[in-house]
Amino acid sequence: MTTTTAAAVPRPGIRLSKPVKVAAILVAWVLIWIPTHGTHTLSLSPADLTPLHEWLNEVNDTVGANRNSSPIFLYFFNEIRAGIDALVTFVQALISQPSFGRPVPVLGWLGVVAVVAYISWFFGNWRVALLAAGGFVFFGLQGLWQESMDTLALTLSAVAISLLIGIPLGIWAGLSDRFNALVTPVLDFMQTMPTFVYLAPLTLLFLIGPASATIATLIYAMPPAIRITAHAIRSVPRAAVEATDSLGATGRQTLTGVLLPLSKRTIVLGVNQTIMAALSMVTIAALIDAPGLGKTVIKALQTLDVGTAFNAGLAIVVMAIVLDRVTTAASNRVRQVGTTHRFRRPVAAGLGVLTAICCYMSYTYVWAAEFPDQAGVGRAISRGADEVTLWAQTELSTATEAIKNLVTFALLNPLQSLLVESPWWLVGAVVVLLAALIGTVRTAVTTAACVALLIGTGLWQDSMTTLAMTIVATLLVMVLGVVVGVWMGRNRFADRIIRPALDAGQTMPAFVYLVPFLALFSATRFTAIVAAVVFAAPVAIKIVADGVRGISATTVEAATAAGSNTWQLITKVQLPMARSSLTLAANQGLIYVLSMVVVGGLVGAGALGYDVVAGFSQGQLYGKGLAAGAAIVLLGIMLDRIARASSPSNSPKGHR
Amino acid sequence: MTGEAVISVKDLWKVFGHKAELVPRSAELSALSRRELIDRTGCTAAVRDVSFDVAPGEVFVVMGLSGSGKSTLVRCLTRLIEPTAGSIIFEGEDILAADKKRLRDLRRRKFSMVFQHFGLLPFRQVLDNVAYGLEIRGAGKAERIRRAKEVIDLVGLDGYEHSYPEQLSGGMQQRVGLARALAGDPDVLFFDEPFSALDPLIRRDMQNEVIRLHREVGKTMVFITHDLSEALKLGDRILIMRDGAMVQCGTGDELVGAPADDYVRDFVQDVPRANVLTLRWIMRLPRPEDVLDGPELGPDVVVRDAVRLVLAAGKPVKVIENGELLGVVTDEEILAAVTGVEVPA
Repeated sequence: MTTTTAAAVPRPGIRLSKPVKVAAILVAWVLIWIPTHGTHTLSLSPADLTPLHEWLNEVNDTVGANRNSSPIFLYFFNEIRAGIDALVTFVQALISQPSFGRPVPVLGWLGVVAVVAYISWFFGNWRVALLAAGGFVFFGLQGLWQESMDTLALTLSAVAISLLIGIPLGIWAGLSDRFNALVTPVLDFMQTMPTFVYLAPLTLLFLIGPASATIATLIYAMPPAIRITAHAIRSVPRAAVEATDSLGATGRQTLTGVLLPLSKRTIVLGVNQTIMAALSMVTIAALIDAPGLGKTVIKALQTLDVGTAFNAGLAIVVMAIVLDRVTTAASNRVRQVGTTHRFRRPVAAGLGVLTAICCYMSYTYVWAAEFPDQAGVGRAISRGADEVTLWAQTELSTATEAIKNLVTFALLNPLQSLLVESPWWLVGAVVVLLAALIGTVRTAVTTAACVALLIGTGLWQDSMTTLAMTIVATLLVMVLGVVVGVWMGRNRFADRIIRPALDAGQTMPAFVYLVPFLALFSATRFTAIVAAVVFAAPVAIKIVADGVRGISATTVEAATAAGSNTWQLITKVQLPMARSSLTLAANQGLIYVLSMVVVGGLVGAGALGYDVVAGFSQGQLYGKGLAAGAAIVLLGIMLDRIARASSPSNSPKGHR
Repeated sequence: MTGEAVISVKDLWKVFGHKAELVPRSAELSALSRRELIDRTGCTAAVRDVSFDVAPGEVFVVMGLSGSGKSTLVRCLTRLIEPTAGSIIFEGEDILAADKKRLRDLRRRKFSMVFQHFGLLPFRQVLDNVAYGLEIRGAGKAERIRRAKEVIDLVGLDGYEHSYPEQLSGGMQQRVGLARALAGDPDVLFFDEPFSALDPLIRRDMQNEVIRLHREVGKTMVFITHDLSEALKLGDRILIMRDGAMVQCGTGDELVGAPADDYVRDFVQDVPRANVLTLRWIMRLPRPEDVLDGPELGPDVVVRDAVRLVLAAGKPVKVIENGELLGVVTDEEILAAVTGVEVPA
């Protein structure tokens, strides 16, 4: 941070010297670190437990022992579990599992394909119908028909429940400022919390199985439904609402006559987001025995069978693309005003009959019920992926090693030793001081509380290791976000090429990324960082791109007319004006990185991620895993608050 | 006047901010200017102590620049915004005392509003937009459609019943807004800068449309605008607002002829005086040398309409009201009014 602002526009003295103060604190940190490093680091070896962890273990045991006697379980949690189980089992009986005394599900593949195509056509258009039919047939060709249908059944159940609860809550939050203020932090929490964290408590309450998996999925999938519905209600033009009020409409008339029709399109978009979120949980939910494609991926990962993991991952991606395109087409259809086509009704009836016939055939004939066994396509895909991996491992290792070493030795190692080897009081003091300097007293108090609680979890040193990786990953995400985002924001062609790739990237389950990176970089901290960056970068890039794109054309035109060159335009106009987007991108990037921390634990990242995973699989480490989950959340809150507080001065240097 | 007024507004205040209700009550705070009030309390006084009456069948215009509080004022009248203090009597009924249900009823039957940005429902056809108010109050479908068609004809939109708003031009969309307001056959129509978003030519058309409708249906109208020429064209009486407070209230010729202060004077100085002022404003007392056998005119004749006659007469024209000689008008006064040069007193 250079401070060549002496000749700049006069501003209050305190603001000017902020970077200097921050730099001073950092320098002081390093100076104190030299004599004190290695002391008071609060280290804890992987197998050791603190009293807190043991206490959490006991809670777990107690709950397990009382599952069938305590009233709160008998009449509440067990009831929920039974209800959700029944729903999932019912959908599975329809499309994926042998049921009702039959060797096959009620609807065979022909029926499912026909129904999916018909629905896609009815709510979207014939193009997405074709895509949907093709995609679903592809599952069969991959040899993954039943797994895909299991995944679909679980996803649909979770989405249905999410929408059933989420849309009414969203409407409420849209109408009531008070409820909105109440629900926003809860939603933030639900979305920020790494999914791994609540898997453990969920299995405690609902046992391992489809019910827990569905609940985990819907916890993750419901926030977008609520948020987007509330946003939709809130962004209905004031003029329309006021006009309706002035005509003497009651609250309900306003809701059904104006608010809902005008926000329908956005709400459908919320449905889209909900489905995408649910799908992205497929693999993680498989860890607690969710049936379907996720299980195949996990099994393959555990045996490092890249080919099979890729094949199943591909099926998840195809399903994501199909569902995404169909719901997007549906929301576009909602927007179109005007009369429907004259022949639409008879065509709809005709196709409906055709669909019914397909369903009947798939119910009656074996050839239409069970997908003909032609898994040759799937095997070919697996083999291809295996070959590519082998080639990459042998041919690219020099290049990948160089990148890995550069990031590890230039960035990660120094930062990590600074954080991990400093005495806890030093890191705590630095962080709180920085928070106070960048933000307000309140930021500092929150930060201090987070530091204290982190110490309380007994996992201070692991937290510092994770923090170092998180900071490095977030930095890389922001570099990518700004460079690619600005490019996309300025260049429509680039946007058109890159955006679909980003969309696909976001719907890919995190595990799928791990496969190739594991192949390239083997199990190290760096692999985890790369996976996190790849997972988080699309969001950051998109936000920056939209921010740059959103700057009013007049401003850019005025700056161009004043004779700015491209570089000046970017640094003096577009980036400063997209500042709020940059802050948001950093925030979201951070959240995404943190949610990958646990996944990173699987591939050699160690630290908190490993603690969570280990706690999940080994009973005696359960409490420690839970504490590690809490530590991740604490890190997230702490970083988020500081990043948010710094937003006014967060702009890239060079402007003004 | 109060007895026959359709709307009677007394000491109306709207203050936004924390503990806003204290401001009108405190003699000290209510005397502060808007700026001082913000500095002192953080509250914004959008409407400050406004009182006026609207007579039946009158077109009452509230005029002011943006931020003068005129839109807030008109919303207070129908309680789309809750006033902070004061009273609003509508046809003898205290609007502020009305409960939710009564207020809804009043909105459904007694007043309706036309908005600057139309506020049409994009997913409904013109016909359904116009019928929307009737639908809300529970009218049957056949009646709704009959009445909607009627007002659509009235505002000159026949043939567009089945169009969607986005297929219409801005002027036509506002006609839909107008039709929607008229459909419920209200006693009072409120217009909130209805033509500000339109092109000048369309705006003139729509102003003429309002004049025509006023002549045909004779509704009481309260019209908000920031455009002085629009105010003079439409308004029987005009209320000028500045920083939330009333500056002057009177007929167009009163504003031009006797501005209450420099603010109003600045405002009206570019108005073509001959189009607004009546002879009453420019006549002088007869002098001994005047020859008093010229033609006669009434005092409320607009200058513009008297020009030809006065110039042709070649001698003073007598201004007569009820057989009494009020004064005379000569070439000199007429030319001063037409050229906009003040006659030296």
